[in-house]
Amino acid sequence: MTQPSREVLQKLTPVLTKRWLSPDAWKIDTYERLDGYLAVKKALEVHPDDLIQLIKDSGLRGRGGAGFPTGLKWGFIPQGDGKPHYLVINADEGEPGTCKDLPLMTWDPHSLVEGAIIAAYAIRAARAYIYIRGEAVHAARRLRNAVKEAYAKGYLGENILGSGFDLDLVVHSGAGAYICGEETALLDSLEGFRGQPRLRPPFPAVAGLYASPTVVNNVGTIASVPYIVLGGADWWKSMGTEKSSGPMIYSLSGRVANPGQYECGLGITLRELLELAGGMKPGHTLKFWTPGGSSTPLLTAEHIDTPMDFEGVAAAGSILGTTAMQIFSDQDCPVYATWRWLEFYHHESCGKCTPCREGNYWMVRTYRRILSGEGTYQDLDTLQDTADNIFGRAFCGLGDGAATPVVSTLKWFRQDYLDYIEGRTAPRLSAKTLVGAH
Amino acid sequence: MTDVAKKTDQVTLTIDGIEVQAAKGELVIRVAERMGIAIPRFCDHPLLAPAGACRQCLVEVEGQRKPVASCTQTVAEGMVVKTQLSSPVAAKAQGGIMELLLANHPLDCPTCDKGGECPLQNQAMSSGRVDSRFHEKKREYEKPIHISSQVLLDRERCILCQRCTRFSEEIAGDKFIDLMDRSSGEQINVYRDDFFGGTGTGDGQVGEGDGDVAFNSYFSGNTIQICPVGALTGEQYRFRARPFDLVSTPTTCEHCSAGCSMRADHRRGKVLRRLAGDDAAVNEEWNCDKGRWGFRYATGYDRITTPLVRDARTGELREASWSEALLAAAEGLAAAKERGVGVLTGGRLTVEDAYAYAKFARTVLGTNDIDFRARPLSTEEADFLAATVAGVSDVTYDDVENAPSAVVVGLEPEEECPILFLRLRKGSRKNKLKVTAVAPFLSRGFEKLGATVVTAVPGDEARLLNTDATVAAALATPGALLIVGERLASVPGGLSAAAALAARTGARLAWVPRRAGDRGAVDAGCLPNLLPGGRLVADEAARAEIARAWDVDVTALPTAAGRDTDAIIAAAADGSLGGLLVAGVDPADLADVRLAEQALDAVPFLVSVELRQSAVTRRADVVLPIAPAAEKSGTFMDWEGRLRTFGTVLPTGAMTDGRVLEAIAALLDVTLGTGDVDAVRRELGVMPASQSARPAAPTVTAKDLPKPDKDEAVLSTWHHLIDLGSLLDGDEVLAGTARPPLVRIGKALAESLGVADGDAVTVGTDRGAITLPVAITDLPPQVVWLPTNSPGATTRRSLGVTSGAVVRLTAGKPGPILAQGADR
Repeated sequence: MTQPSREVLQKLTPVLTKRWLSPDAWKIDTYERLDGYLAVKKALEVHPDDLIQLIKDSGLRGRGGAGFPTGLKWGFIPQGDGKPHYLVINADEGEPGTCKDLPLMTWDPHSLVEGAIIAAYAIRAARAYIYIRGEAVHAARRLRNAVKEAYAKGYLGENILGSGFDLDLVVHSGAGAYICGEETALLDSLEGFRGQPRLRPPFPAVAGLYASPTVVNNVGTIASVPYIVLGGADWWKSMGTEKSSGPMIYSLSGRVANPGQYECGLGITLRELLELAGGMKPGHTLKFWTPGGSSTPLLTAEHIDTPMDFEGVAAAGSILGTTAMQIFSDQDCPVYATWRWLEFYHHESCGKCTPCREGNYWMVRTYRRILSGEGTYQDLDTLQDTADNIFGRAFCGLGDGAATPVVSTLKWFRQDYLDYIEGRTAPRLSAKTLVGAH
Repeated sequence: MTDVAKKTDQVTLTIDGIEVQAAKGELVIRVAERMGIAIPRFCDHPLLAPAGACRQCLVEVEGQRKPVASCTQTVAEGMVVKTQLSSPVAAKAQGGIMELLLANHPLDCPTCDKGGECPLQNQAMSSGRVDSRFHEKKREYEKPIHISSQVLLDRERCILCQRCTRFSEEIAGDKFIDLMDRSSGEQINVYRDDFFGGTGTGDGQVGEGDGDVAFNSYFSGNTIQICPVGALTGEQYRFRARPFDLVSTPTTCEHCSAGCSMRADHRRGKVLRRLAGDDAAVNEEWNCDKGRWGFRYATGYDRITTPLVRDARTGELREASWSEALLAAAEGLAAAKERGVGVLTGGRLTVEDAYAYAKFARTVLGTNDIDFRARPLSTEEADFLAATVAGVSDVTYDDVENAPSAVVVGLEPEEECPILFLRLRKGSRKNKLKVTAVAPFLSRGFEKLGATVVTAVPGDEARLLNTDATVAAALATPGALLIVGERLASVPGGLSAAAALAARTGARLAWVPRRAGDRGAVDAGCLPNLLPGGRLVADEAARAEIARAWDVDVTALPTAAGRDTDAIIAAAADGSLGGLLVAGVDPADLADVRLAEQALDAVPFLVSVELRQSAVTRRADVVLPIAPAAEKSGTFMDWEGRLRTFGTVLPTGAMTDGRVLEAIAALLDVTLGTGDVDAVRRELGVMPASQSARPAAPTVTAKDLPKPDKDEAVLSTWHHLIDLGSLLDGDEVLAGTARPPLVRIGKALAESLGVADGDAVTVGTDRGAITLPVAITDLPPQVVWLPTNSPGATTRRSLGVTSGAVVRLTAGKPGPILAQGADR
């Protein structure tokens, strides 16, 4: 393990993570002592439209992966339409490798609650939901407790802080389906239906939850709001790059010395992040990595200096995603890793559309065969073609996500596949795995 | 600027290099189809909301990064679309999806019912690969599972297009099937106990284990028809034939007044299945399960194919030649004519046959004693039909769909006219049609229509139509409809009130009978007060018009007002009638079953024109067999007044009623001219419209409601769609989906009887009793509801009463006193 240089250490910008290491950070007293609920007081005194403008000015982009400008999204909500508006916070963090929202809700749930109040006020919503992943029991408990505390102190409920603004905040635990992280599937699930993506248009901004205008934002996005309200748009833009402003929580996992969350301005490189994380695990050399979860095309050691912002990663042929960086070394097998991911996507496919439902069924079986030493050269062409037939053809992004690691590893690491097929690598799966495998 | 002024609701786009105009909001796949470009598809269906699930219809749209599903993409100005015909990207995308669909699809086409008419098979040929690259093990499921007694599901064949679930939810409103599980294990299923960790039945049968909910829908057969693979099959047709061996004939359904277009497929002289036909104006592409599966009655063991006459020596019916039987009928009728012959025609007659009876009664029998109504009826009804129904075609299905508001009274659309129900539902879902039901409770059907119920104690409908503010408000909107069912006839003043209400509010009035032949019989003149074309018997000028058309002397036509069914039955029972000519009437349908049977026993001469053995044929002196709907051509007039003409499906040589009547008439020296369906159509076609004025609507006043004592209640009853009706005989599978017969009472009555849901309750009169499990329903305090003619609930026969009568209620099975009076 190496110590990061002073220069790189200065790149850390603890904003959303600043309270995480404080004792009892999740309690409302700690939160209030550390600037908590100041932003909401400030926000409730200004006109909601000014808040939307502030967020637009800050250049805040969605932290859930797509990077859509948040202020613009809020501005889409038709005002004065006589319908109820809803704020839905997507806390269904389930992308393999991604672990930024759950620690945030575990250690600093009040920042999300405060952000929710401000956002709801801005879009004139009287009801907000936090849809949290069912498995995240501990985070949900902390979050529920925070909501309870906020109600007790008058930050939620009727006539918040005497402003005349009412808000009910509901924490809803999902049943553990990756697809429910897709915003329209999330809305269906929240309404009590089977979680499957909806046809768009209509977009949630027009007909979202209960066919009413709805903003769906990621946890990180909403949690950023109080800081922007307090610090102003210019301060926010002082971090990150011109088009990707603000700080971002980078989650490093895999073969790194100190895996964890590192909050830096957007645009930092993997080289710098690795330095902050104490370098690779001893004895490991970087081979490939995901810039933002398993759904984003893999990058290799040659991309170590790619700026990790929306534009930089796109230029390298990938997607910033959720900045979940899974680091793989020369001791990891890309074929095996892809198989594991595919098992995940196959398990999580909702089944609605053909490419994702059938394609994953097929690909995962092909991988099982290759990994048990039964692969053929034709399999590689078939895999490539099947992935092509899934990518961009599926109903929602899940299909693309599943095809991505296949395409990436076939592109960068074809030799690893050939090694299995030609018998240079010993089979990793036994033929037994193939029997009745499902 | 004489150039084409562009309509604002039109856009111009290009598909495969061809410029085309399309309405805003139109889907690309439809526009392409109009141009003759067939884009393969599975989940897409023009009558269902777009889903975009199967992804088979991907096309390339310029400026879009990814291929676009043409079944969800609406057109836009200047859009440039390239289908598989001009875009390698689209062709590759479609081929890829096809390969994925086939990956898990079994190669059992040679034994699959769908093989030969299968969209998957066809499109696999057009856009699939020659060889499969899929070397893995295919998905397997237990096969098949019964999701109802008539619908079977082979899940491994399913491509999960969700047409069936979408149909059930969007069109029928019966969400009994749904997607279960996820990923490649996703499947269509019913809500089964074992699915949710219960014990289930283990044998793939639904409905026997605790908690399994079968696919309980009157429209379930449509899911089989729209299934693009062989995943859903019908018990009745499964493994019976290959599509390419069948001969298809377009026809019309003979069951109810909806007038559905249908297709009958037969092979080697036997109808093997029936499908819903396409008729956008009537049934769109749907039909009900009764119409789809209820056709085996025509091939029942008790079908009569040879005339029968009663042997003078033995007193038994024996087979006879046509000439002997016709002569016996002619001589008998001629002899009976002196004391009078009544003609009872049921609801199964085509317009042509009904006309033959109307003409036969007047010209051969010289009587107006003819009535098609084989059910509770009233004189008021006959007057109402003469005033507002005969010759009128005012309201169409389209009007129903587009009306802002509709008041339904005396009619339970889902049970009594299912396709009207579907149209009402479409209107309420798509066009915000507000349905107001004047009914004793919010039935499941009305619930699915989102109806507001104006609660009516049976018999109180007339008062409500006259005075209720909700009803009046619902009809105040221009374009509002007042839809009355035939059951309103049993409410004194009901039809008078309906006619007055329509006149007062300007709402258009539609009369919906229950049987296919009823509406046509009104116009054909099978009523004691009406001649063909809505001409009043009492109107001399109208009689003269008919005399001219029939080329008879006007004095030859009877002038005395005829007797209706009830009066004919009463006359026959008291021995004052010389004979009866009965066609397609089941005495069990009549208001007083016992009296009807006495009448049939008492009448000196009885001719039965019938398809199968019945309570009438058993008592008849002469039985003349005729053709079922499938074996003749004809016309039904649906409730709209629309003619639904059909040709012969099976040419068997069986005779129409008109031909039989013509032969009898000939023996009595009358040329009836009804032997040939085309000749009847010509005769009707050249008959000029009546110049006579339409009579005024009746003005019968409402009667006071009966006052039931404690543990008494007013009876309300109507038919279940699938019940003991004789056209449903012979199909146990269909009978398996009938709704369970229940007795419904309100909460107060249940408390006073001390019963809970499911307990036995006995409904009794002096004549008999019916015991059924009780369902506590939101009914008015002293009202009880029973199905009219379901297993264990033959209300008219067992109780001898109908809606509006007071009946006694007791908890549990009938005691000795009630049993004593039972009709055994």
